Amino acid sequence: MNIVVCIKQVQDPEIPASKFRLDAEGKNVIPPEGIPPVINPYDEQAVELAIRIKEKHGGQIFILTIGSDTAASVVKHALAMGADEGIILNDMAFEGSDSFSTAYIMSKAIQKIDNYDLVLCGRQAADWDEGLVGSIIAENLHLPLITLVESVNLAESRFQVKRVILDGYQVFSVPLPAVLTVSHEAGQPRLPSGWGIISASKKEIAVWDANTIGVESYQTGAEKSRKKLMKLFIPQKEKKCEMIEDEKPEEAAGKLAQKLREAGVI
Amino acid sequence: MKGVLICGELEKKEISSISKELISTGQKLQNSLDQSLDFLLIGENLRERAEEAAILGVNKVLIVEGPEFSEFHPERLTEIIAAVCRQIEPLLILLGQTDLGRDVAPRLAAKLEGSICLDCVDLAYDQKTDTLIQTKPVYGGNALAQWATASHRPYIVTMRPRSDKPVEPDPSYRAEIIPIPVEIDETQMRSQLVKTVHEEDKGIRLEQAKIIVAGGGGIGGSEGFDLVRKLAQALGAAVGITRVPADENWMSKSLEIGQTGHIVGPDLYFAVGISGAPQHLAGCSGSKVIIAINKDPQARIFEEADFGIVGDYRDILPALIEKLKDLTAAQQD
Repeated sequence: MNIVVCIKQVQDPEIPASKFRLDAEGKNVIPPEGIPPVINPYDEQAVELAIRIKEKHGGQIFILTIGSDTAASVVKHALAMGADEGIILNDMAFEGSDSFSTAYIMSKAIQKIDNYDLVLCGRQAADWDEGLVGSIIAENLHLPLITLVESVNLAESRFQVKRVILDGYQVFSVPLPAVLTVSHEAGQPRLPSGWGIISASKKEIAVWDANTIGVESYQTGAEKSRKKLMKLFIPQKEKKCEMIEDEKPEEAAGKLAQKLREAGVI
Repeated sequence: MKGVLICGELEKKEISSISKELISTGQKLQNSLDQSLDFLLIGENLRERAEEAAILGVNKVLIVEGPEFSEFHPERLTEIIAAVCRQIEPLLILLGQTDLGRDVAPRLAAKLEGSICLDCVDLAYDQKTDTLIQTKPVYGGNALAQWATASHRPYIVTMRPRSDKPVEPDPSYRAEIIPIPVEIDETQMRSQLVKTVHEEDKGIRLEQAKIIVAGGGGIGGSEGFDLVRKLAQALGAAVGITRVPADENWMSKSLEIGQTGHIVGPDLYFAVGISGAPQHLAGCSGSKVIIAINKDPQARIFEEADFGIVGDYRDILPALIEKLKDLTAAQQD
């Protein structure tokens, strides 16, 4: 069971809102000082799911990301968790690629890996919050797709896949190879072990450029984006919270109930 | 390519609220586009629902009926919608950011080679530049992004629930109902639906609730939710949760409110032990009145709330429940 996991490096989504800043043009997020970027949390869950599948069925896990040398830290993180090979897709021509170009680049790299049974992606990236790349990869490679996956079970060369819906879940059966996008319901990703960190630090990370994977560079990059970012802005809050204060909680609760009655909401 | 196509959805066999919200959005765009606004329904035995849709202010109601078409099978539904789009060639395809939209819209964009923007809260069309302006929350709700699209048609957009008011029926105009024949080759479906399980059948549906009592990580464990439930009972409210209680299995995941869960808009929202991560606020900021109860005076939820109490919910909720009982008793007297 060989698994390709597509990951992305993002600004740490856990940073407090007070540290969230935009540049003057309103086009970019300014990375907060002293807080390094992290693996997109949903992608980390995809890595976790891949490792669980490997523990049961064996095989190799390939980690794929688009970026420069700085992306090595998130690839190393995935390797330290238990993945086997890391590949960074690095080319000037990839910069500023939208989800379609990203999926095209990823698809080409996956085809180069060739010997795979499963492609896993996180359900969406914590920066642009879209959730497109996995679905477009499936379409590009003509593979079956199940989104928002919680867990998988291999049964007679098909996968039984449990996926999340708003008020419950669905189970689908898909043949291999397939593309799955992983939701947070998959559960907590493991922490890398000490041994994992040591062995990951010794691993070479392959770097593939457009040429290596047969990407036509005129098809990628910001110029090819199907939509253009006009501006980013932080929504203004107009609300003012009326704090209800009292030494005794019972009194505060009483005052609150009274306020709500006065406001006519209860 | 011309016109706006809304992919309608049924909920408990009724036309869903988000579908009516999409019609509102579509009508606004229609003013600047001056093109047809069509409403698509897919399923079985759709006649009655189509009649209901016909008086919602759209130009045409398109229905696609077939065996098992009412099943939520994203691969099949994508094929059906794609087939309809190839026939009528809409410029803009609108879906809700729902189970259907978030799964089907990306597949559709890839198949039709269009552009896509998911989870928008505002949509406008600039006639001068022939550009669609899409506004959507990014970075977990920390910022809003405005995207412009002028090429790569059709434009596929999903709208976050509660971004617009649902349209009201107006019987003075009845749209034409047009059945669209679509043949699906079932042997081409690679994914097979084994089963669909709905877990939230009991209790009040979060989307429809007038009052919601929601608990977060600050509740500290499943036992703590007894108090949350009691407050909900006293108010006739629905219970909701944030990501932490879902991840920690304190409560059913199907109660999660937030960007990846339910998007709610009650009259009254109690946020108990909720810090106020943007991810969660995305699901509840449409509430009319928000009450925050939290130990941490610095918690971000207080920036979003109308009323706040700093303190331990274990002290405050029992007192609040008693007080509410007194008030209701007084009302009945």
